[in-house]
This record gives sequence, C-alpha cells and structure tokens, in this order.
Amino acid sequence: MQRFSFFQLALNALDRHRSWPAFWRAAAPRESYDTVIVGAGGHGLATAYYLAKNHGITDVAVLEKGWLGGGNTGRNTTIIRSNYLWDESAHLYEHALKLWEGLSTELNLNVMLSQRGVLNLAHNLHDVREGVRRVQANRLNGIDAEWLSPEQVKEFCPIIDIDARRRHPVLGATLQRRGGVARHDAVAWGYARAADARGVDIVQNCEVTGIDVENGRITGLQTTRGAIRARRVGLVAAGHSSVLAGMAGFRLPVQSHPLQALVSEPIKPILDCVVMSNAVHVYVSQSDKGELVMGAGIDAFNSYAQRGSFHVIEHQMGALLELFPIFSRLRMMRTWGGIVDVCPDASPIIGRTPVDGLFINCGWGTGGFKATPGSGWVFAHTIATGEPHPLNAPFRLDRFTSGALIDEHGAAAVAH
Amino acid sequence: MLLIPCPWCGRREETEFANGGEAHIARPADPAALSQEEWAAYVFLRDNPKGWMRERWFHAHGCRRWFNLVRHTVTHEIAAAYPPGAPPPPLPGEAA
Amino acid sequence: MTGYRLPAGGAVDRTRPLGFTFDGRDRSGFAGDTLASALIAAGVRVVGRSFKYHRPRGIYSAGPEEPSALVQLGRGPWSEPNVRATQVDLYAGLEASPVNVWPSLRFDAGAINQFLSPLLVAGFYYKTFLGPRGWWRRVYEPAIRRMAGMGKAPDEPDPDLYDHAHVHADLLVVGAGPAGLAAARAAAAAGIRVVLADDGAQAGGDLLTSSATIEGRPGAAWAAETAAALGAMSDVTVLSRTTVLGLYDHGYAVAVERRTDHRPPGACPGHARQRVWHVRAARTIVAAGSHERPLLFAGNDRPGVMLSGAVRTYARRFGVACGRSPVFVTNNDSAYVAAIALADAGVPPVALVDLRPVPPPAASKALADRGVEILAGRVPVAVHGRAGVRGIDVRALDGDRTTGSLRRLECDLVAVSGGWNPAVHLLGQLRAGLTWDEAHATFRPETLPAGLAVAGAAGGTFSLAGCIAAGHAAGEDASAAARGRGGRRPVPATAPEEEAETPLLPFWGLSQGSRGKAFVDLQNDVTAADIALAAREGFHSVEHVKRYTTSGMGTDQGKLGNVTTVALLSRALARPMGETGTTTYRAPYVPVAYGALAGRHVGALFDPERITPIHARHVAAHAVFENVGQWKRPHYFPRNAEDMARAVERECRAVRGAVGMMDASTLGKIEVRGPDAARFLDRFYVNPIASLVVGACRYGVMCREDGMVFDDGVVMRLAPDRFFVTTTTGGAARVLDWFEEWHQTEWPELKVFSTSVTEQWATVAVAGPRSRDVLARLMPEADLSAAAFAFMTFRDVTVAGMPARLARVSFSGELAFEISVEGTLGEAMWDAVAEAGAPFGITPYGTEAMHVLRAEKGFFMVGHETDGTVTPIDLGLERMVAKRKDFLGKRSLSRDDTARSDRKQLVALLPDDPGTLLDEGAQLVDEAVLRTPMPMVGHVTSSYRSAALGRTFALALIRNGRARIGERVYAPLVRPAAGEMMVSAVIAEPVLYDPSGARRDG
Repeated sequence: MQRFSFFQLALNALDRHRSWPAFWRAAAPRESYDTVIVGAGGHGLATAYYLAKNHGITDVAVLEKGWLGGGNTGRNTTIIRSNYLWDESAHLYEHALKLWEGLSTELNLNVMLSQRGVLNLAHNLHDVREGVRRVQANRLNGIDAEWLSPEQVKEFCPIIDIDARRRHPVLGATLQRRGGVARHDAVAWGYARAADARGVDIVQNCEVTGIDVENGRITGLQTTRGAIRARRVGLVAAGHSSVLAGMAGFRLPVQSHPLQALVSEPIKPILDCVVMSNAVHVYVSQSDKGELVMGAGIDAFNSYAQRGSFHVIEHQMGALLELFPIFSRLRMMRTWGGIVDVCPDASPIIGRTPVDGLFINCGWGTGGFKATPGSGWVFAHTIATGEPHPLNAPFRLDRFTSGALIDEHGAAAVAH
Repeated sequence: MLLIPCPWCGRREETEFANGGEAHIARPADPAALSQEEWAAYVFLRDNPKGWMRERWFHAHGCRRWFNLVRHTVTHEIAAAYPPGAPPPPLPGEAA
Repeated sequence: MTGYRLPAGGAVDRTRPLGFTFDGRDRSGFAGDTLASALIAAGVRVVGRSFKYHRPRGIYSAGPEEPSALVQLGRGPWSEPNVRATQVDLYAGLEASPVNVWPSLRFDAGAINQFLSPLLVAGFYYKTFLGPRGWWRRVYEPAIRRMAGMGKAPDEPDPDLYDHAHVHADLLVVGAGPAGLAAARAAAAAGIRVVLADDGAQAGGDLLTSSATIEGRPGAAWAAETAAALGAMSDVTVLSRTTVLGLYDHGYAVAVERRTDHRPPGACPGHARQRVWHVRAARTIVAAGSHERPLLFAGNDRPGVMLSGAVRTYARRFGVACGRSPVFVTNNDSAYVAAIALADAGVPPVALVDLRPVPPPAASKALADRGVEILAGRVPVAVHGRAGVRGIDVRALDGDRTTGSLRRLECDLVAVSGGWNPAVHLLGQLRAGLTWDEAHATFRPETLPAGLAVAGAAGGTFSLAGCIAAGHAAGEDASAAARGRGGRRPVPATAPEEEAETPLLPFWGLSQGSRGKAFVDLQNDVTAADIALAAREGFHSVEHVKRYTTSGMGTDQGKLGNVTTVALLSRALARPMGETGTTTYRAPYVPVAYGALAGRHVGALFDPERITPIHARHVAAHAVFENVGQWKRPHYFPRNAEDMARAVERECRAVRGAVGMMDASTLGKIEVRGPDAARFLDRFYVNPIASLVVGACRYGVMCREDGMVFDDGVVMRLAPDRFFVTTTTGGAARVLDWFEEWHQTEWPELKVFSTSVTEQWATVAVAGPRSRDVLARLMPEADLSAAAFAFMTFRDVTVAGMPARLARVSFSGELAFEISVEGTLGEAMWDAVAEAGAPFGITPYGTEAMHVLRAEKGFFMVGHETDGTVTPIDLGLERMVAKRKDFLGKRSLSRDDTARSDRKQLVALLPDDPGTLLDEGAQLVDEAVLRTPMPMVGHVTSSYRSAALGRTFALALIRNGRARIGERVYAPLVRPAAGEMMVSAVIAEPVLYDPSGARRDG
C-alpha cells in the first residue's frame, strides 16, 4: 500500500498525479474463502480489516451487491457520538469513538473526523430529566458529557435562540465535546484500502442469492458471480438483513424503513457544532463544504426503496425553522433515502445465528455510522473466536426471548 | 407519498393514515401456555419481505378504521385493500 | 449598440429601464431582463469565483443549469445566498453581489489556490493533513472549514410568507415548451383536468428564442396564445414561474411557484413569496426539455466561454450580445442556428469551429453567406484571457488528439455546444430506465413506470415538429386513458423543418496535445484530469467518482457535467457508457427554500398549543406554564416576587394544611360504551375492571405486550355498559388508538365504542383537609361525609348550580374531590370554587406542587418513574396485578429477565443532608468515592423539597431496591460552583407521607 502523506502528494504532483495506485484491487471472487463478509459497507469492511489485523485472518472476501460504501455508509448524516444511556450501548459506542479518534492514522487516510461537539437540546422538563440522567450515566461510564444551561448553550452555539417564550424553549442541553462528524465515504474507502492491503478480496457487483446450509452449518453462498464456499460467513447488510436471514432460514425482529436526509446549498460557516433536538425532531450540522446536513424522520411503513415520502421532508423543515428561523431563505439542494433496519429496542443485533458458522450484525436502525469501527472490531472478534466480544455479548439475538432488551428509544428518538 | 385506498373512504393521502405493520398476526388465545420462544416470536418477530406484503393501516385522520393493504415494499404499488377479518387475498403472482 | 445591448430585438421593454446594483456598482437594465442578461448587457464579465480554485467565472448559461453565476441577492432579512443570476427577474433597486470572494471580486485572496492547484487534485484531502498529531484538529480542519461555502446565510428571520396548495388532476404536464403545450392542449380538448407547470415567466420554452412558426404563427406568439387559451379553461391550471421539483409514488408531484420574487423585497405584503404545489395526478407527462452540454477543452471555464444556446437566448429574447467578436465551437448542428441568429442581430461571428470534418452543408452555407468562416475538423486547445476571453487557439482534430499548426482566433466570446442532454431528472427520480443514445451521445429515457410519459427533448426528440407531435400524442393518450377518447384535433403544423443535417460527433476532450484545465464541473472545479485520476485509483462506479471528485455535487447538481463525467469514466475504463450508467437522480430538480417547504407550518402553527377552558384564569393569575405534550399547564403560581421553590412550597402547604385547587382538565378522557365494555377494558388493565360497580372508580395501569407500563388513570363505571376512562395528559391519543386497534383488529366481536371526550370536560381538582368544606358551600344540601360519599366513588350532582360529575379521587393523599363540568363551564366552576374556598385560603397549585404531593405519597408518574423499561412489578404494584385474568402484556412479565427479583425497583431516597436536593436524573452508585468508570445501581426519577416532611426526598429506581431499604447509596452531582460532589442518601419505603392513608377521608 502506497502511504499517503503531504510529501507523497507533492511528489505525485510532479508527474501530474499519473502514478497513484488504485485504492483497492478490482477483485474477482475465488471459489472458496475461510471467511466471507456479506456487505461492503463501513461495518463489513471494518470487520474484514480487523479480522486481518487483529486476528490474522486474511483469507477473506467482502461481497457487495453494488458499489462499496453505497448503502447506509454513504447515505447518513455522519454524526459520531457515544453518549448513550445504557451501559451496554455506552461501552460499545465509546469503544467505537476511541477507534474513530485514531482512525485517520490507523488507516493512513484522512476520514476528516471533526470533533466539534454534539448538542442535544432539552425543550421541556422531561427532556431535562432525561438529559441529566444521560449525562450522569455517561460520566460514570467514563464518557465525556456535560449539561449546559440555556446561557451556556447560547455561548456554545450562538445562532440558537434561547428566548424562553418560544414554543419549544431551550431549557438546557447535553454536550459531548468529543462527538462530531466524519467524512462518511472516506471511512468505507479507508477500511477497503487497508483491508485490501492485507489481502482481503473486495468483490463489488456481487449479490448474494442464496445461503448454503448443511446440517445446521454454513457451507457457502450462491452469488450472481457464482458459488463461493466459506467456513464462516458474517452478514452485515443493513437494509437487507431480513432478506439474507430468510435465505438462511431464520427470522429477525427487524423491520426495514426508509430514512431520508438532505443537504442545503453550501453557505459560509454558520453552525460550528452538531445540534440535535428530540422534542422538535431536528439534527443538523454543517459540512466542511458548507452544506447544512440534516436528517428527516423515518417513514412509518416498510420499504426497500431508497426513497421516502415528501411530507416527511416538509415536516422536517417546519421543525428546522422552529429552531433556526434564520435558515428560512436557505435552499434544500438534495434529498436522498436509505433503508434502515430497526429493532424493537432500537439497539443492534451482533452475534451468532441459529446456523453454525453464520454470524449477523444488523438492526442499527438510524444510528449505525457512528459505531462503524467498534462494530467491525467486535464482529471480527465474534467471527474469529466464535464467541461474542464482551462489548457485544449483550446485543445477542436471544435477548428478545429473555426480555433483556437494551431500550435506547430515548437516545434514538430522533433518527440519527 | 402514497395514495392509500381506504376500503371505506376511497383513495386518500398517506398523511391521513398510520401504519400498523404486518397484518394477520393473531394474538395467542392462551399466552400462558406459550413457551418463552413462542411468546417472543409473537411479540417481536414480524415478516419483513422485499416484495409484496400484507400490512395494517389505520385511517387515523379519517374514518378511524383499521384495514389491510397488499403493498409492494420496493415499488410501493398497492394491489388490494380489505377490511380486517376478511380473508387475505393472494399476493400478486401467487395462486389464489 | 450601447454596451452589449443590441439596437433592437428581444422581449425586453426598452421604455422601462430598471436601476440595480451589482458588486456595489450601479447598473441599469430593462423590464423583462434577468439579472444575467442585464449584467451581460452592462458588460460585466466576471460575476463570481469558483469553489475550490477561486477562478474568475462568468455567466455560462441562461437557465436553471447555471453553475457559475451565483450571487447573494438582497440584504438584511431578505438576503439570499447562491441565487442563479440566470433565473432572477430584474426589478428596480435589485441588489446583488458576488459570492465566495474576499476581499473583493477582483482581488480575491482565495485565488492563491490556483497556484496550489497541482496539489489540490480530486481527493487530495484524503491523502494529507494526517500529521503531526493534533494538527488536523487544531490547524488543518479549521482552515478547511473557513474556506467552506459560497454565499452567506441571512442573520435575521425571514420576513416573507410561504404557503402550500394541493391540486388533484387527471394530467400533470411538466414544461410549457412546444411539447408540453401540445400535450396540454390535446388533453384539455378532451375535457380532462390538466395542470401545466413551467418554470418560466412566459410559456414557450425554446419557442421564445426560435424563429420557427407553428400553425402559421411565430413560435412565441403561438405559445402565448395557447397558454392563454388553456388558462381560460375551467379544468386547466396553468402555473408559470413554477418548477416541478420532484415526482413521487402514486402520481404525486411537488412544484414550487415563485410568486413575488420578481418584485422588490417587501413589495407584496400579505402575499406568499413562494407556494409549494402538491399535485396528485393520474398521469404525468414530462416535457422538461434538454440542457446543452459544454465542450471539454483547456480553459473552457474562462469568463466569455458560454453555451451557444444561451448566447442565442440572450440575443433573441433579451436583445443582448454576449460578445462583440464571437467564435462558435460545436460538435453538432445546433450552434449554427445560434451563430446565424447572432449574425442576423448584427454581431457576425469571427468563426465557427466545427469539430466534425464535414460541416452540415445547408447550415454552413447560410453562415458562409453571412461572411462567417467555418473551420471544420478543428478543436480549441487553449483559451487566452484570465478574466475574460481574448482569443482561442485551434488545431486540427484527429480522434482525441490534435495535429497540424496552431491558429489563433481573436475573440471575446466562445459559444460552445457539445450536444444536448434530455432533462431526464424527474424521470430518473421515479427510476425510469435510461439508455445510452449513441446518435446524440447522451442518456435518454427508455422504460417508464406506469402513468408516466415523456415528450419532446426530454425524451430525446430534438426537432420542433417531433416535439410537437410527441407532445400531442402524449396528451391524447392521457385524455384517452382518463376519458376513453382523444384524437379530436390535428397535430399543429410547424415550419420550417429543422432536422439535423449532420450527425453529432461525440467529443470528450483531448487525451493529449493540450495544456491547462478542462472543466467538467465548473462550480466544484472538477477537471477531466480529476475524473481520470479517480478511475486510475480504483473508483469505477460513477457514484464513487462523483463522491471522490465532487463532480455534480454543486448547487446545479451537475446538470451540465454529469453526462461528461460518465463519458470520461467510461473512456478511462474502456467500457460502454450504458454500463457505467448515471448517478441516482434525486429531488429537488432545483434547490428550494426551506421556508417554502415549511409553508405555514412555522411559528405559532408549527406545533399549535393546546389550552384548557380555564387557561385565561391562569394567565390572569400570572402562572408560569409548562409544556406537557402539546398542552400548556400551569407549572406554579408565583405571588409577588416568589421564586419557584417558594411558590411550590406555599402551594404544597396549602393543600396539606387547608385546601388547594388545580386545573386537571388536560387529563385524557375516553368514554367506553357498549354491552362488552367491561370485558373489553378488563383486557387492557393489569387489575380487574369488570368487577367495578356502577358509581365507583378504580385506579388502573396498562402495559404494552412487552409487559412495560404504558399508561395509567382512573376508570369510572357510569352504567353497566358505560365507562369513563382517564389517561395521562400526554397519553390520551395513544390510549384511544390502542383501544381502537385492539378492538377493530383483534376483538371485533366485542360490542363496544370508544370515544375521546377530553375536550368536552373541564376538571377542577379540590384537594386538602378543607376541601369538603369548600364543596359544602357549593352544594349545601349534599351529604359529603366519608360515610355517605366514599373514597373512589363519584356521582352526578349540581355544583354551584352547574351540572357536574363529582369524584372522590386523590392524587395527593389528602381528602380531595374532582369536579368535572362541561368545558364551557370550566371558568365558571373555577371561579365558583375559588370564591367558595376563599374563606379557607384556597390556593391554586400547579403541576410542580402536584408532583411533590404525589411523590410524598409514593405515587409513580408515567414518564418520570417509567421509561418504557419498567413493569408494574418494578413499581411495587404486584398486589394490583390480576392473577386470574389475562391482560395485554401479562405473559411478558414471566420472561426470564422481567421475572428477575433484582430488577430496578421503585423506592424513595432520603439524602443524609435534608437540605440537599438530588438532581432528577442523577445516577446512583454504591461507593462513596467517585471513580470512572463505576457501576451504577439506579437513578433518581423525581426529586423535591417537601414542606410536609421538612426535608428533601426523591423517588428512584434502584436495582434490587426493595430488598435494600435502609441501605445507603451515593449520587454524584455536578454543581457549577462546587464541581463534582457525592451526595449520600438512604433508601426508604416509597410512601413517605401518611403511610397509613389516614388523611384521605379528611
């Protein structure tokens, strides 16, 4: 792998950048692998990378039905934070955040992590109570978290109106300063490049059409590019988790819904942090290009079309202007949609399946991007050892039978 | 935005409705008799097909009645609408 | 010629000059100009700077595809960034300034990036800024972010109004060019409901600049007459200045109409600035036309390089010459039409450079007759002039290389045409299938979803006659589908024939023999070399290339450059264009103001407040309000200069010591009626309801099927078949929906109706040891003794002369009554109670005091003590949970995790220091010394100062809490002044006040 650096950039400028190698090989699938990962999104690619790096498993293919990073990895609003309420989630997301903090160096590719702080506004007494509860829980879990008064909110983000007479007054906010945003595509590209350099085959335009199971054990996959034998398979295909589980003969407590996001035209810097509001249903940040990036709500119906209903966008605009009336004359430049797989407790499923050798990582709902490195780390461990990592043990599939749910609806009340 | 054919009111905008997920999930007659797995399946497991789906809708801002749709989850095409309790129509392409 | 304004021609009104300013300088144009045409007429060449390299840029197009001429329009609250000058109708006093320049358009500091450009190739930022450690965060990232953006956001709220309209139609026609007009006319003739939307101020599209005739009339006149005739029809809605933004499922379309933007800011008070149309149409015909494609050569972004069609538009429609010595460069016939138009307007082109070896015979003769040199088989290799074209160099073209000698052409305008791209954007949004059209070197629609049709240039038909015929046929099809008839009118005849003579020569730039940057995406400064670099680096999907290079990600969303990007990528990978495909088309077609999308759902109408019938009394009493769901509820009633703590303490003392009154009208109320009502309710509540006798009330709790507490309230049995159910304030709608869902979908055999009656009633709660005395004054004849009127019973009575339902329920532990009257009598009852209670010092109290009083009694509150993870057992309600009946959620209570004995359970907490108030939400730990991480055993759900207890207290959910009564836990608190501190508290039984319940009967 050719190292990226300023020096290399300057050197390559001399021959007008004609000598850069490809980020990854255009691999064709072989007949057999030790381990196959289905889904070349951030989570799948990170899984492959950590399989190779942490566990020395390099006989690995990552299969992608379209282009790598083309699912929810490239469609989200790029918010990164770890301020989850319950211990199980907090530990998992905090592990991810710690990995984020070294990721550009680790991957030798700038993922443009911007730890500009994530504000979560409280608009009523219930919000205040839940905000304090979360801040306290985060701090005791060793996660940076602060409770801000309305005046402190104003100081941190001057364009927020804290007038107490507003319909939804700002009564305070939680702040995670280490939270922020990152360049989503770069994360997929960085993991793909680094995994490829360690020998992982990344096979694009290769859709899984069947899962071969013999005597309760995985033996391989049928794909649009031929059959592939595998000893172990990890399914990490957000938006299609249920479809793949169905191929393997089991069901998931997961429903697929459209989730939309949108950007404004680029404007000069005006919003220097991530602002989220559960009560008003807004989450917004400004990209390094100057676009305001925001998510809209989730459509209530099941859908595998990467598009949602327009009224969801319109409602989102009313909410945005309630928080930021000065944005009214700015213009929405593009909308898009992804498919989110939602679990009943708004927490993911990471672990074994009823099929031996087949593992699943799904159900991240609206918030999987921030977990990318951590998710790959623990899923690689689970696949490599056959046992969950302590961080993902609570996120087992059978929690829905025992009732030991990890209810993060509070943390995910706004899609993000 | 979908245009939903309410069996009682005719075609109305999606904003008048609430979605109720997969249709034809009967509540077990005797929950106490179920195993933990069976009960969990009833409470949490729902089909999530990529294709035709029978699903429940509630005309919340209209006649306030529940009904079922046969809708395609990729094209969003709607093939049938029928009241709760009516026998489920075959899915398009399925033998009656 | 004055400046660049032609002596004659164009649709501008030369009798109405309009003054405006650009970049601080006074300028003048005419009514009918756009800002772009007026700037060109005034000789302004550089109007802005590009995003990355800050290269000077001029006006490139005449429409919504404009990548370069973005301006900041207006000032103060009306200021608007990134407006395309090509789509701004000029008005007197218009103020515009360039964007992305500092300190000025001419001397722009960011232009230093041009010298760094060898480093700033596609994706350079992914490869660098990696060290030293910490520099990314402190140095590089802030610097990059400072460079971000084009225009500036206003810093004041928007003074304008926006609204929404909804229309249903048999047919929506997008675009009122020749195809769209023909389609709408054919369809409307059959009497179907038609909506015709066009983004221009006048209908006609390309006809506005054409010299063709239709039905013997000049094109523009035919368009105006046809649109007027359509507009006069009762079933036709003609929307001008209306851009269709998106097409959605089931015939849904969204369009924005610009209603006042062509007038000065503030000139139309009370009128919506923009209106978003929501169209539901059985069928849609997209006749959105096409966009001309630039040619790829070094320096193709210099001010003075423009699209040839735009040059023709400015000449014919606005009477403006885009230059005095133009050169046309083309690979297809269309530039000949533009060149002839310019020659006929008195600005003979210096030359027409045709990349094709053999130019079209008739067109080139026509041009040669006008003295214009045709240079066939040549291609530009360089453009001279940084801030404005001064000349170009051309050489002979051989495939994608050049040969022969260099020839310099002196010129101040390079009008280019690289072919035409059908405007397939809306079709693409609905996943229409596109195919590569080799003849036109572009994508055109091939397969369309049901209900969608395309006509004219958007469908790849470029001749006028062809467009008219296609539109007419599509209109007839639509009317036939709607009415079963069509074909009543002949296809309008056009003249002259304009079929292309010579095929287009696809051209995607030179592979060598040219120096300098050839731009694919002008706004984002993406060059042909960037696309090649991306392909070399393994980005083979067009989506990857877009994201890596940012091509097509500007405010124009790549209307000019996207097809070129596909072509360059395909060439680099040696694969067919169709295999590469396009990126996904997404709404909106052009950017749209947030305010327009929000419409009237802003301010007071964003989330309307709900107020009780007694609200005015609370306002008069200077209550401080709290939002509870949508409701405004009095939080407390401060007197004089009381703070909240003092007010709440006073209110609590009044209730415990004498009597208080509160407005309980917001509680949800549902009447459940029918012979099966009792059986029905029994299936919801964890406790038995069927056994309730008429005239009695019972407190009940409901769970979801997962066993978690969902809502609670009091159930009254009004008659054997009639119940009155109260819910939490926020839960009213949820509970009614819950009842309906189960009844209709699961238990339709039960004969029962559920009706929301929340708004029908106003409820005044009277609580405290003197409450009976207050009631006695209001209903002197009644026997209100505990024996005659028992706790948890109710009766329909007359209170202060008003029919009322009087219930003996208590949420404070005190003797208490709830008086419910018809909503309109709420204020009167409130007043009557206040007056009757005056001798006893009756005190209005708010929700905070209510919370203190209920918490002292250990009563949980949905939303405080529950969060969707708490079962009735966790709340200590085992005795309430029915053993002999089933209810929703019961089975879940015996799951492995929910049946654990050490779950978090509701207890009270008494801080060791009786003056220290725990934070609501504070986490609890078992160790006195703070460390991180440290295990948490629970959290504080409610916390108050209690006048009755003379100390602070709290309710908490603590793991295995009921077995830990008397043990000590610790709460880390953060105090602004003192920093982090640990507060110790002892776990106690949840009922702290009057545990025996002696006070409830007074």
